Amino acid sequence: MEQVPMWRRYLRLLGPDPAADARDEIRFHIAALADDLVAQGWSREAAAREAERRFGDPAFIQQLGARLGRQRVRARQRKDRWGALAQDLRYAWRTLRKERAFSLVTVLILALGIAANTAVFSVVNTVLLRPLPFPDAQQLVWLSSGRKAIAAGRAPTGLSSVTYTVDAYEEYQRNNHAFQQVASYDPFLYDSDYTLMGRGEPEPVSGVLVSHNFFSTLGVRPLLGRLFAPDECRRGGRPAVLLSHAYWQSRFHGDPAILGQSLVLRQQSDEAAATVVGILPEGFDFGAVFAPGVRLDIFVPAVMDDLRSRGNTLALVGRLKPHLTVSQAQAEADLVFDQIRAAHRDWWGDYSSTLTGLKEFVSGKLRRSLILLWCAVGLMLLIVCVNLSNLMLARSAARAREFALRSALGAGRGRLVQQLLTEGAILSAAGAALGLALAFAATSYLAHQGSIALPLLTSVRVDSAALLWTMAISASVAVLFGVVPGFSAPAADLQSSLKDSGPGTTAGRKHERLRSALVVSEVALACVLLIGAGLLLRSFLNVLSVDLGFQPSRAAAISVVYDDGGKMDRRGPVLQDLLRQVQALPGIEAAGITDMLPLGRNRSWGLAAKGKTYPREVQRSALVRIATPGYLAVMGMRLIAGRDFTWNDTPQNQRVVVINQAAARRFWGDEDPLGRLALVSGREATVVGILADVRTHSLEATPGPEMYLPASQSYPSGAELVVRSRLPLASLSASVMRSLRAINPAQPAAEFRPLQQIVDRSVSPRRFFVWLVGTFSALGLLLASLGVYGVISYSVARQTQEIGIRMALGATSARVQWAVMARAMRLVLAGILAGGLAALALSRWIESLLFGTRPADPTTFAGIAVLLASVALLAGFLPARRASRIDPMLALRSGG
Amino acid sequence: MDKAQLELIRGTLDLLILKSLVWGALHGYAITRLIHRQTGQAFLVEEGTLYPALWRLENRGLLESEWGLSANNRRAKFYRLTPEGRRRLRQDSKTWAAYAAAVGKMLAATHAPLPEEN
Repeated sequence: MEQVPMWRRYLRLLGPDPAADARDEIRFHIAALADDLVAQGWSREAAAREAERRFGDPAFIQQLGARLGRQRVRARQRKDRWGALAQDLRYAWRTLRKERAFSLVTVLILALGIAANTAVFSVVNTVLLRPLPFPDAQQLVWLSSGRKAIAAGRAPTGLSSVTYTVDAYEEYQRNNHAFQQVASYDPFLYDSDYTLMGRGEPEPVSGVLVSHNFFSTLGVRPLLGRLFAPDECRRGGRPAVLLSHAYWQSRFHGDPAILGQSLVLRQQSDEAAATVVGILPEGFDFGAVFAPGVRLDIFVPAVMDDLRSRGNTLALVGRLKPHLTVSQAQAEADLVFDQIRAAHRDWWGDYSSTLTGLKEFVSGKLRRSLILLWCAVGLMLLIVCVNLSNLMLARSAARAREFALRSALGAGRGRLVQQLLTEGAILSAAGAALGLALAFAATSYLAHQGSIALPLLTSVRVDSAALLWTMAISASVAVLFGVVPGFSAPAADLQSSLKDSGPGTTAGRKHERLRSALVVSEVALACVLLIGAGLLLRSFLNVLSVDLGFQPSRAAAISVVYDDGGKMDRRGPVLQDLLRQVQALPGIEAAGITDMLPLGRNRSWGLAAKGKTYPREVQRSALVRIATPGYLAVMGMRLIAGRDFTWNDTPQNQRVVVINQAAARRFWGDEDPLGRLALVSGREATVVGILADVRTHSLEATPGPEMYLPASQSYPSGAELVVRSRLPLASLSASVMRSLRAINPAQPAAEFRPLQQIVDRSVSPRRFFVWLVGTFSALGLLLASLGVYGVISYSVARQTQEIGIRMALGATSARVQWAVMARAMRLVLAGILAGGLAALALSRWIESLLFGTRPADPTTFAGIAVLLASVALLAGFLPARRASRIDPMLALRSGG
Repeated sequence: MDKAQLELIRGTLDLLILKSLVWGALHGYAITRLIHRQTGQAFLVEEGTLYPALWRLENRGLLESEWGLSANNRRAKFYRLTPEGRRRLRQDSKTWAAYAAAVGKMLAATHAPLPEEN
């Protein structure tokens, strides 16, 4: 057993053969037995026969042996594989620990890339990809009235042009066959602002009026209690409310005992005690779906008979019957509305129904922005990958000797690639772990940004889909790690690798060309990203510098509640008194009241010039604001002609109206409307003033027709007191609140909201996107400049000797420095050129997201080019300076 | 060999094989011979049970094998105890001794045990 002859080694050259092993073993046994029998005196032939006989059934045992042997071979192979993996892991860990700086930088870069991708994917997934948080959400449909007005792309007239009257809602509900249910709610949320009385200080409560089937249509079940009963939705029925989960938690500390208790809700001078019949589940966030950025506390049954006379008040949501598509329902709706219009000639002639999936309605407007964001973050990841490939290449060049040695010692190419893959896997796993942690932090931060008016943002979280996405990214990065250096390193044979460590050899040059190409593409990618961000930033700045038509600085608004007993006669004096007292407070420069602030809620009423006829498609309505004298002044709005209201515009005197320029243009054309009669909701009023257009709807949309009516002659809904002061709001708040309470004890506790905050809120989606795209492109810029720095400083290090020779031959240090800088510039300019062209081609795609700037904005393109060039100059400058300080003598002596 | 053969009690064959290898590596034939001689010709391990037992022990990691040359210059597979096999042998020997002692006590009994006192 001691000596194993050489032939034995080749016996199983083609791998293990368990069947042959079992056979040989049995043959040996029989032979040994025969040997013993011969020794006992048997003849050779007889012994062999006897041995065979005694053994029994060799075929059966041999089969068993083959099977057991195969099991053993498999187990051993498995063990070997894991053993190799464990070895790779240990080795990779040691290598990475030794190159701590490299590992740290790689993991950090990866973590940033993965975090950004995961967070953005979570947002995209929540807002765009995932269905709405309702059962069978694909059946839910949003209905919008007024197709022609929308199709004509006319200036927005706000919610009034997408909503329905109660009569139209009921007609449609009766006549359609496509929907299981059609529900409605009142999107004019001012109809349902209340003051909660009798529970400590009066406090504001925001609510929404919903039809009795609203929750059942959406498929929302109450967490506690029940939904509305039919008799609670009729005039004179028992008042009932449902609480949102958040309000229940924050106001009543999640106490179930609130069920069945009544809340005293006050609206102007009406007060009613409504019973809490149920609590809605945590997952139902009305604001997130229907009113982004708005928090709603309570849900109140919409009593249809109360709303019937108020015009377009209802927004409609329907649940399709199973297996019906939106387009089928649309076809039916077109027919139904033709009939409805024919039956009711007195109704608005544009009544129709445009159906969109509720999901599309909620997030359709954001699709392009979100996809842009996704692309931006994808580009950034691409830059991260290019950067890392570059790092890996630099590293594999440095490790060429190691790999050559290992392959000389018998490691196959596959084994080396496996080693590299293992290192890549460790790095990308670490990056993914850190990135996920960052993404968790980022998404939970976003989910709690109530001030960003984006739908569904509150429900953003890193879910299983996002986790899968992250894993896919990190797996592909790990592969990249193995493959990129795998191309160059293990291929090198011992000879050339060991020789190639010297300067200026061809393989080294080839390597460097590859790295240069990578840097150029990195710069190009960063350039595309930066130009996109630049265009968005420029748009954002354009939006910010838009002439609002009012002055938000130093002005603030607070909701007030006054008691005029519901009588128009008394309203004027009550408001006049209130404003006088507020203005008398120290620090208040001006004050005024309106029912609706700009950039917030809106409604529109009929408006036309008296005695004029218009084509049928001209929409005879305008956004309406009801204000007190002094409101226009305190807002800093500019009267172009005419006058503000006075306290003499009483119900007894001539009715007056102030219109904006857009209204003057639409309804009077070239004539001067001042002093002429207008029809406001069908009643005559004299135009006493013309106001410069105010951005009432949004900062970006051109203002449409708008009118202002005096509070003493009309029906304001709610009241916002606007004051202008040099004093800080905090100090103002207490004194204003004191005097408001003195005037009306039912005044709820409220906070001053600076007008600037209202403006900020309306630009928050744009700010959100600009901020994110900007961050990604800044990271891209940083990575690209790191790439430039890496390549240039590597080439300087490699050419130390050459530079030394040139300096010894008389090149000045300035000249050497210039040569290095020029190399950096060449790389960057190539990148800028490629990136600029790509951006030019791509920027058309984001045209609709821009504001006040063209996709091929030369300023942005030039600015980004200069920015990139100067950053790259800096990145090239450091190695260039190092090159210029090379001591020729030292360089020449140490070379080799 | 002509003496009355004892029927092997289930599970004892593994123990006998492990024990037979404590003095060094052996091939299958030598293991049967050793067991035969060492037990005073009491046990004759049949090939049909020996080899499957050997292979199973090998698969369980208690033995390892290597091809080598026998005394007669024939190619033979030699089995050797692994550290794990050595551990198992120690353990099972103890269990077997306790088992045999208990069985012996029972069979050597001459009278019924005294009634238990509670």
